[in-house]
Amino acid sequence: MVTLELNQPGKTVLMMGNEAIARGAIEAGVDFCAAYPGTPSTEIPESLARVAERFNIYVEWSTNEIVALEAATAASLAGLRALVAMKQNGMNVCSDFLMTINLSGTNGGLVLMACDDPSAISSSNEQDSRSYARYADLPLLEPADFQEAKDMTRWAFEISEKLGLPCIVRSVTRLSHSRGNVKLGELTEKKRTAKFEGVYISGAFVAAQHAALHQKLEQVREDFESSKFNFYVGPKKAKCVIVTCGSGWLYSREAVAALGLEGRVGILKIGTTWPLPEKFIVEHLKNVTEILMVEEVDPFLEQNIKVLLAERAKTLGPIEVYGAKSGHRPPYGEMNQDKVAKALASIKGLKTKARDGKYVEKAKELLLSYIPIRMPTFCTGCPHRASMWAIKAALKLDGRDGFVTGDIGCYSLGAGPAGYFQLKTIQCMGAGIGMATGFGKLDKFGFNQPVIAVCGDSTFYHAAIPALINARVNNSNVLMVVLDNGGTAMTGFQPHPGSGCDACGRPAPTVEIENICKAIGVEVRVRDPFEISQAIHDIYELLQGEGTRVMIFRRRCFRIEAKEKLQQKYFVDQSKCIGDDCGCARFCSRVFNCPGIIWDAEAQKAKIDEMVCTGCGVCATLCPGGAIMVRGAAS
Amino acid sequence: MTLEKDPLNLIIAGVGGQGNILASQIVATAGIKEGLYVTVGETYGASQRGGPVMSHVRFSAQAQCGPLIPEGEADIIVGLEPIEALRIIGDYGNPKTRVIVSPRPIYPIWVLSGQAKYPPVEEVMQKLRELVGEVRVVKAIEEGETALAANVVMVGALAGSGMVPIEMKHFEDSIKEIVSPKDLDTNLRAFRKGVGLTRGKARTPAKARKRR
Repeated sequence: MVTLELNQPGKTVLMMGNEAIARGAIEAGVDFCAAYPGTPSTEIPESLARVAERFNIYVEWSTNEIVALEAATAASLAGLRALVAMKQNGMNVCSDFLMTINLSGTNGGLVLMACDDPSAISSSNEQDSRSYARYADLPLLEPADFQEAKDMTRWAFEISEKLGLPCIVRSVTRLSHSRGNVKLGELTEKKRTAKFEGVYISGAFVAAQHAALHQKLEQVREDFESSKFNFYVGPKKAKCVIVTCGSGWLYSREAVAALGLEGRVGILKIGTTWPLPEKFIVEHLKNVTEILMVEEVDPFLEQNIKVLLAERAKTLGPIEVYGAKSGHRPPYGEMNQDKVAKALASIKGLKTKARDGKYVEKAKELLLSYIPIRMPTFCTGCPHRASMWAIKAALKLDGRDGFVTGDIGCYSLGAGPAGYFQLKTIQCMGAGIGMATGFGKLDKFGFNQPVIAVCGDSTFYHAAIPALINARVNNSNVLMVVLDNGGTAMTGFQPHPGSGCDACGRPAPTVEIENICKAIGVEVRVRDPFEISQAIHDIYELLQGEGTRVMIFRRRCFRIEAKEKLQQKYFVDQSKCIGDDCGCARFCSRVFNCPGIIWDAEAQKAKIDEMVCTGCGVCATLCPGGAIMVRGAAS
Repeated sequence: MTLEKDPLNLIIAGVGGQGNILASQIVATAGIKEGLYVTVGETYGASQRGGPVMSHVRFSAQAQCGPLIPEGEADIIVGLEPIEALRIIGDYGNPKTRVIVSPRPIYPIWVLSGQAKYPPVEEVMQKLRELVGEVRVVKAIEEGETALAANVVMVGALAGSGMVPIEMKHFEDSIKEIVSPKDLDTNLRAFRKGVGLTRGKARTPAKARKRR
């Protein structure tokens, strides 16, 4: 992205929220970035990696979030400015370290970007990361638009450096993955050299360190009182005020305008949500009798404001607070303008601008009965479709009611029609093999179902290794299937320890999954899942064994493969396809269910959709009639 | 500058893998060049192909808008796929909405597996016409033609239609800025093809429609 490098202060450009965050870090002179990919945070390190050479930034994809935070903290302790970015689940992974580094402190600016995913658009939960700031007694900033995403990130480095504490910045999907106007700031001339001095140990004087931490929070609260990211808009002496933060700001402003309440309702927008700028807030709530709290997911700001109102009850008098607790906003799912408008209208006894009921009924009826549902599926050419097929076929052959424990990655779709509904559990990174380890020890209670744990390659490095060791040393009866597609595919194919390159695309050493398995001492086989009959045979055979076994299905993600080399074009030779007379039950389209193969209703035969097919050719090996062939090859 | 309607709300709807994001990025960058506030909200968290994808693009001369268009407030819909255009109407359509749509279906897997039916395309267009103010069917790709850059043909069709108040040169400059040099020719050609498909071919003049 050219805009990341532009040295034209004042120029307005279109930036994705995550690019704006990266630009803020660049303007702050960031030196070091470590992260594990996770939606919606991934583009932050990716953006920095693109300009790493230009700005002399070290960028790495770490094996997981705690390692990323530890590595970045090292850079901070050596006096550099460092950034860590992660999705909300990553906060749990790194929290063990976070809960001690707050006590021993940091040196150079250390910013922790927590990117939450309200409504879990691409996540297994929608946890609100902000509680970690209160939990760990760390400063928390919440940007409300694209400009603030850049400017607050830049400021976060200063806050961190001044306090000697990590500063948490919370983004959400609708900021990270949306685009909007950003006015560029100045680029900083970087001059830092790394040198470690001092002692950073938490544990020796915990209570004293904890006391000092609280003092630091009081110190930053003072700075927050005058922050430009906290402001009030609306009539002086409004009786009704929306108190909001982050993504709630733009929704609130539009909702007030949509209801024509600009003259009656004010908006108090807080950018520094922990610790709260108490004087600033109290000052703006002096004449207020009712508050609507607008924020995404947990009532984090709401509860903290309520505590403040209770403490200042004498000054402020009674104030009615509407929000999650009162049922005016759901404490789950993402917010939008309509939800804010509805809440505001119900408080003020107004009606929201309603759509024509008959129109909506007619249009929504189509959604229910006319427009077919479009389930996400594995890409055409995806190796997972073949792997899931092999697992399904082998479990059926085995016949002992075996099942699959799932994990986090593209293959999570294996829980749905894409993977023939094979995955029966999905929780967090590494949980598939962790849970399978337990299932595999239930034999003395009459349990006799075979258990297959599937796990992606990146997940294997991230979180599966301790569980696999656990399975081995406890002699748990489990088959682990590693779906190795050569990168962290779900988030856009970032490299991992098996990829052979680093975050900036330079060659890097590899750590082979099978070598780790061998060192753990388990039986391991490697197979291309497109060799589908052998793949089924492998799984079946391994299922008959005992103890901990590993099958690696290895084939590169086809989206990458297709980009790198020109693929062959396949077609259905309709003289060979005999349609429903075949007895295959339309195997290619209906059963194997690849979206690249459609049904030609006119000819009553299968047909390749050239707009969708990526030319992987696995269907050619599966078609019982041998009707699918390469274009141009002799038939 | 002022907009006849502020904010002006555009939705680009399609299927994962069709290039929705590039399309919205081109339109939005062109809007910035026009001096507008532009906000693009995208739903593309799951990187897998095959799910519905939509981008909300909002233009304002006054202020930064939120990333999501309120219910029933879509002014323009660009449908890269027929049923995806129709799917948008339930939540965001209104009788004045204007639609530019490609008639080329991409079949959902439940249609392929026989659990659901894909309605006839002409019937989908008819349903659209019953619900919105204007429908322009744009054949972005011919049968047998490569699908690449069909998304940019649709951006061209939007530019050519005059539905968004952005100068043509801003669109082309945006494409030059965003698309990698090796794909630039293909994309510029695709864009111009799209422009040609709609320019000067309005069924109802935009101004007359505004007054209705």
